[in-house]
Formats: sequence, structure tokens, C-alpha cells
Amino acid sequence: MKPTYSLFFKEAKAEQLESLGGKGKSLASMSQANLPVPQGFCVTTDAFVAFIQDLMTAKGLFSALAKLDTKNMPALDKLSAEIRSQILNKSIAADIQQDILGSYRRLCAMYDKTGDLPVAVRSSATAEDLPDASFAGQQDTYLWVVGEEEVLSHIKMCWASLYTSRAIAYRKDHNIPEEEVQMSVVVQKMVNARVAGVTMTLNPTNGDRTKVAIEASYGLGESVVSGTVTPDNYLMDKVIFELVESSIHEKKTALLPDVENRCVVEVEVDAEKALEACLTREELIFISKIAKKIEKHYGCPQDIEWALDADAEGEEAFTLLQSRPETVWSNKKSETKKQYMSGMQGLVGSLINPLSAKK
Amino acid sequence: MTDKKKKFVSPYAHSAPKGSEGWKELYPYFLVFQEQLKEQEEEKFFFCDSQHWPNVFKPFDAMTVEFAVKCLSQYNSRHYVIPPANGVDFKIHNGYCYMSPVAVDPELIEGRVPEFMERAGYYFQNWNELLDNWHKKVKRVIDDMEAIHFEPLPDRVDLQWIKDGVGLDPTFQLINNYNKLISLCYETWQYHFEFLNLGYAAYLDFFGFCKEVFPGIPDLSVAKMVQGIDVDLFRPDDELKKLAKLAVTLNLTDCFDKKDVQEALHCISLAENGGEWLQAWEKAKHPWFNYTSGNGFYSSDKYWIEHLDIPYGYLKNYVEKLQRGEEIDRPTEALEAERDRITTEYAASLDEEARAIFEGKLGLARVVFPYVENHNFYIEHWAMGVFWRKTRELSRMLKEQGFWHQESDMYYFRREEILQVLFDYGNSWAVGVPSVGPAVLQDEINRRKKIVDALATAPPQPAFNNPPKVVTEPFTIMLWGITTEAVESWLGGDEKSGHMKGMAASPGLVEGYARIINDASELDQLQQGEILVTRVTAPSWAPVFNKIVATVTDIGGMMSHAAIVCREYGLPAVTGTGSASTQIKTGMKIRVDGGKGTVEILEELVEA
Repeated sequence: MKPTYSLFFKEAKAEQLESLGGKGKSLASMSQANLPVPQGFCVTTDAFVAFIQDLMTAKGLFSALAKLDTKNMPALDKLSAEIRSQILNKSIAADIQQDILGSYRRLCAMYDKTGDLPVAVRSSATAEDLPDASFAGQQDTYLWVVGEEEVLSHIKMCWASLYTSRAIAYRKDHNIPEEEVQMSVVVQKMVNARVAGVTMTLNPTNGDRTKVAIEASYGLGESVVSGTVTPDNYLMDKVIFELVESSIHEKKTALLPDVENRCVVEVEVDAEKALEACLTREELIFISKIAKKIEKHYGCPQDIEWALDADAEGEEAFTLLQSRPETVWSNKKSETKKQYMSGMQGLVGSLINPLSAKK
Repeated sequence: MTDKKKKFVSPYAHSAPKGSEGWKELYPYFLVFQEQLKEQEEEKFFFCDSQHWPNVFKPFDAMTVEFAVKCLSQYNSRHYVIPPANGVDFKIHNGYCYMSPVAVDPELIEGRVPEFMERAGYYFQNWNELLDNWHKKVKRVIDDMEAIHFEPLPDRVDLQWIKDGVGLDPTFQLINNYNKLISLCYETWQYHFEFLNLGYAAYLDFFGFCKEVFPGIPDLSVAKMVQGIDVDLFRPDDELKKLAKLAVTLNLTDCFDKKDVQEALHCISLAENGGEWLQAWEKAKHPWFNYTSGNGFYSSDKYWIEHLDIPYGYLKNYVEKLQRGEEIDRPTEALEAERDRITTEYAASLDEEARAIFEGKLGLARVVFPYVENHNFYIEHWAMGVFWRKTRELSRMLKEQGFWHQESDMYYFRREEILQVLFDYGNSWAVGVPSVGPAVLQDEINRRKKIVDALATAPPQPAFNNPPKVVTEPFTIMLWGITTEAVESWLGGDEKSGHMKGMAASPGLVEGYARIINDASELDQLQQGEILVTRVTAPSWAPVFNKIVATVTDIGGMMSHAAIVCREYGLPAVTGTGSASTQIKTGMKIRVDGGKGTVEILEELVEA
């Protein structure tokens, strides 16, 4: 059977999930559960294996690795540099390249772009091949990658990251055979955040699970997470999706991408806009609805990072960046009410101390 | 609010409009602010109840507020001994009525609890049985009223009465009938409140619980969980819908081109299948056309059964909609599914202990709340409809005897004055001389008409005297939607022009053209797709809700008629805006956000 070199998150079948690596697999499962993760595809482990086997065998690198003494640091560094440079310099075989570029073009077309959609390219290792998660994840993420050539070269950069000195040494020390090393690469639409924020599927002040708490500000979500602006606060009812409370703050700055320089820049927000609510009622409603769906998917209250993509409209703009279980209230009783009275006793209590006196 | 506490004007300082001098004589002495009691009355906080009584009372009609609020009070203070609440003090001032709930001295509250538990507890435990009996009692009152007739006195006492040795004359019966009719009306209002206060208490209990376990829960959610789907109050409208569909099935739609109801009925009677439809029409009339486009509190309220043009207008509209292929049914299944979903989701968020209590309170609220929704049909519509019809029969009879010129003239007398008129009539009949009334009453009627008209030129005050720091009286909050915030906003008067805030009574966002309706008689001016803006709606306006796209009212809370009907019809509603009906003008483009409770004027009128 002809190997599959690239797979869209939405389209990967159960038996193909292993070829997507850890990150790719999780994105595929979220995407298939209709959670709105950024659109994209994985360059599968098949593509990596075909490329690397070819290269390594041709250049005798497997045997060089086998002979390597990891205690000999200069030799390790030399071989590591050699392999990485070989990877970066070798062209990807035509059939694999066509497959990957076909997927990239398809992704571009989804946003009405022809070959110039900015994407994030990140490695998606199979867990046991790399020393730790941070090593695997953070460094090998390339943001605002644009164009076919760039995409291909960044995929190779991800592949090459498997052959840092540290990674090679780690595998040697743990007796992981080089021939079995695999990696997938995720290629995802870069989220062009016009508004971003954090959402909790409960009321963080009292643990009430019938609310959704939303914090949001203009631009990328970092300004909310890092606290460089005071975001708008909204409390939504999770059952009928009505706005219960809101406090709108002045959001003077926003972090926006500088595509050319592939970095993030802080810009001033127009004075009038800064004072306005950054989310409309409709947006609050669909953010709450999606948050509720994500919570249901994971089966417990969630702490969700999201962004609204300027390149899409309405609900389609919602992009799930990350969802983690909420930890504070999930393991304890909500503090909304400590004592309950039922029956006539309760009724008398309500009459004597009616709601307006409580507030 | 500013540091210096603001207060409302004293009724003693609030003068009556020019031309209404002497208005106090039109109402019972104990229902007006008396000079001798100034000091004590100024200690009380009164708010205007224009939700139930938006218009100036004619003297006879003041009986409705007297009976209603007195009976409401007795159930709090004397029947169930509601721990924190006594009755509601009420006064008529410059023609409008004002309420002042009487709280119980905090030290006495605890001591009332055991009595309340026993008395109210008995009703809650035996609710359905007692309610079945209620229906029987009310039906009996209605039958008794229907059986009363007011006929002119005959020339001679019936021969049979002589032979039977009755020893009485027809005036005796006439006066008895009048007294009986008033007494049956009084009885009606006793029953009205037999269940209502308890119904609200249970609702309030569930409401308060929800506010505590789900802090910030929208009032709308609580209302939706408790609200019934099949409510008798909607039956008259549902009957019209059935009749409209039957007209389509039986191929009678051509007859509904007629403008006039009698012409249409004639047309139907000539048509093939017409008989079947007319039979259904007659069947629907009893009792469902005992339904008013007013609220049952005024002698001028028009009832369908006497004004068939009103239901015909709605019916015609439904037939036209059906012909255009439009849906006319309320989405009852969707409403029911939504109610279940909401309830399940809130319940699921609670732990086991709290959930059991939630379910208990919701269960009780659902048992008792249908009464809150349904009693309106039986009392305000059916029973009061018969009552007013019978009083008109009396007025017509006396008009024919020359006492006054118009059927509506009788209502310019207080109820005990009518008794005098009957004695005048009986006296002259017995003596064999002309009655005195025909020579003197019309002048008095004309004088009083001028007073009532003059009173109606000035709107009521929102409230009188010093407001309480916090409104805690449960029924004030529940029945009238009067909260601490509401009172503050009346005093504040800081509305940004063109923006109004009210209760988010039924969700949805709509933009459209406003139509101000000041009175039920103006309802036919409403055009398809307009936004109804009014002081207060009556439940019987239901059929117009098929024409409009949203509702805005000055008065009313989450459980006000407008709110209930709009939720039922899936229309946005903002209630209790305070002043929308005066700030907005017919033809203005407005935006109604029923989810936020805001109304905004988008386009002012361009003066031609």
C-alpha cells in the first residue's frame, strides 16, 4: 500500500493516528470531535521515515551513529551537525513533496489564499524518542511561515531537531535504536487573532458550574495571560447563554503579529476602541457554547485559551488554542451556598429574608 | 444616589389637576388621604399600581381595587399569617391607586411562623384537592351571577305571588339582586387570592434558592423552569387558531374577506359546511370568549363575547396567515423541550444534597404556579366579564326608566349610591309618582364626568413619601416587581436620552418601528412587524403578539403578562422601563434587546 505522507486533522482514520505523533494525534482527535482547533495537517511519520531512511542509508549515517561514543562530546557535536546539515540540504523526494504541497495548497484554499497562507510548523514527536516535553515542543515551533518553499524547509528543520546532540545522546543512553526513530510535523493555519482570551467553564469566584467566565482583550492572548492589559471580564449563564455580569476595562495595547519579521509587536489600541467591549453579545454566546462543548468533551470543567481569527467570520472565527482541566474548584464543593433548608422551613426563610435583601 | 436622601412628593402636596375639584367625594372616604391623618399617612411609602389600574377610576369601578387589595391583604394577615407580611394599605389619589405594603414588626415574625406552617402547609399539602374545589366554587359564583336579571318593575305584582301568599314585591327582589351581584363580585375576589399569595410564596422560595446556588442566574431561567406550557389563559387565542384552521379545512376562507363579523357569519351560514364551523364557533364562545382586551378591572373593558368584532379581527388575521402558508401555532413542543433542557442542566451542576432540595422546591413551584397563570382567565376574564355584563344590564334598565342617558353613566356613582337609586325607583313605583332620579341625576353625572376627565389629564406619580432603604416585603417584589433598584431609578431620573433600561423579560434582539398603544381600543392600529410599546399589557392582548416582533412596557417584572406572553410567543420583551411609552413615539425606529433589557431609539421622527 502506498504510504500516506500528509493527513488533515479532520481526515485521519483511527489506524492512522499513530503516524501523526503526539501533538498531531491530539489535534486530530479534537478536530474530529468538532472542537475548533486551527485547521491544518500533519506530515506523517511515513514521510519522515522515507526521507530519513533514504538519507541515512545513502550516507552511512546509521552506522556512524551506532559507532558513536556519546561521551565524546566533540564527536557527538560533529556528527549531530553533519546529520542536521544533510537533512536541511537534501531535497524531499518528489512524491512526498507533492503530497505535502498538495495539502498546503488545500489549506491555503480554505482561506481563499493561493500559496501564501501563514502557518505554524511544529514537530510532533512520538513520545519516547525525545528526552522531555519542553525539549520536544517549544523549540521546534516556527510561526508565521509563508509559502511552499518555506513550509518545506521548516518541515526539514523540525526533522533535523531530532538530531541535536542531546537527543542523540538520550536515545543512545536509553537504548532506543536509531532505525526506529519517528517524527511527524504539524502544519497549522496561523491564528490571526483580533481578540483573544481565556475562558473558564465555571465561575472562578465561587465554583458555580452554571456559569462561563470569559476574559478577553484585543490581539493575541499573551496580553491576557501575562497581564499586560486588564482584560474585559464577562460572566455568562451556561444554560441559557445570557450575559450575567460584565466589566469593561481600558485595553490600551494589543500584541499583533509582524508577519514579515515573524515576531509579535505591541501596538497602541485606538483610544475609543480601547474603552469598548472587545466582544459582542453574539461572540459571547458562541464562545460560551463552544466552551461548554469543550467541557463536555473532556468531562470536567476546563480552562480554555482561545482566539478569534480575523480571517474567519462569526462562530468560524473561534479558535481553540489550548484546554486544560480546571484545578481549583474541580476537587471541592462550590461555595455558593452552605446551608440548605427544604420544605416549609425553607419557604418561611425565603419569605422572611427575600432575595432583594440578600443581593 | 446623592448623599442627601431623595424622597417622593407627599400626596398632601400633590395637587389635583384643574377642573377636578371635589374629586374625593367620588371615592369611599376610607380610600382617600384624609387631612386629619396627614401625619400618619406621610410616614408610609406608597407606590402607584398602574400595572393593574393604569386609568383613572370611575366611582363604581373603584370597587375592583377595594375588593382585590382587601382580599389580597386578608390572606396574608388573617388566613395564612404570612410571617413577615401583613396586608397592603391602599389609597386612591387624584383618581389613581397607590399601594403601601404593611410589614410585620420584626420581633413578631418568629412567633407567626408556627401558625403559618400549619395553615399554609395544609394548603400546600392538599393543593390539588383544594384547587378542584376552588374551580367548583368559582363556577358556582359565575352561574349565580348569570342567573341574576334586572328587569323593569311590572305594573302589578304577579298574581301567582298573591296566591302563593309571598307577601313581597318585585322591588324587594330587585334590591336583593343588586346586593347579591355585589356580594358575588366580592366573593369572586375572595377566591382570587385564596391560592395566589401561596403560589407566589412557593415561586419566591424557588427563585431565592436558585439565586443562591446559581449566583447571578438570569430571572428568565427561573421563570422558564417554572412556567407552564399549556395555560388556560392562552386557550381563547388557541380556540381562534383552531377556528381559523377549521375555516381553511372547510373551504370557508372567502367569508373572512368581510370586514364585519356579522357579514362574515352570515356568509358562513350560507356556505356549504358553514353549519359545522358555526357550531364550533358557538362552542368556543362558552366559556373562552369571556375574555377581555382590558384587564377586567374597569367597567369599560370590552369582552369578546359582547364584541365579536374583536375575536373576529384576530381570527381573520389567522386565516390570512394560513392562506399565506404561515405557521400560527405556538411552538409548544419546542418550549417544553427547552424547559426540560434548562432544568436538567441546572440540576446537573448541583451536588446530590442540593439537587434534592432544588427538585423539591421546583416541584412545589410547578404544582402551585399553574394557578398563578390560570386564575386570570377564571376571575378577571370569565367571572368579571359576567359581573360587568350584569351591571350593564342594570344600567340599561335604569336608563330606560329615564335615570340617565347612557349605559356607561351608572358607573359615575359609587356602589352604595346605586342602592339609593334603586330605592328611589322602588319608592316611586309603589307610591305612584315619578322617580326623583331622572330629574336630578344627569346633572350630577355630567359634573362627575368632568372631574374624571380632568383627573385623567395628569399621569400618576410613581410613588409618594419616603422610600424604604431596602424593599424586603416579598409580595411587593413578586407582584409588582418593586425592588430597591427600581425605586432608586424612579428617583434618579438619569436616563440617557434615547436609551432605556428595563427587565430582560424575554430574550432576542430586534430592530423595528414602534407603535405606541395607550389603550386596548387602539390595538387594531398595530401593523404587522411593528414593536408594541405601551404602559402595560393585558394577557388578553395575546392575539396581537402574532403581529408584532417585540414588546416594550413601562411597568411589569419577569412574571408580568407581557413577559409571560412574549416568552410563550418567542418574542423579545423589555418590561418595566418606566418611561418607554412616553419617550418613544409611534413610527420611531428602535432596537429592543430582550436579553439585556435595553431599548434604544435608532431614528428620531422627522417632523413633516
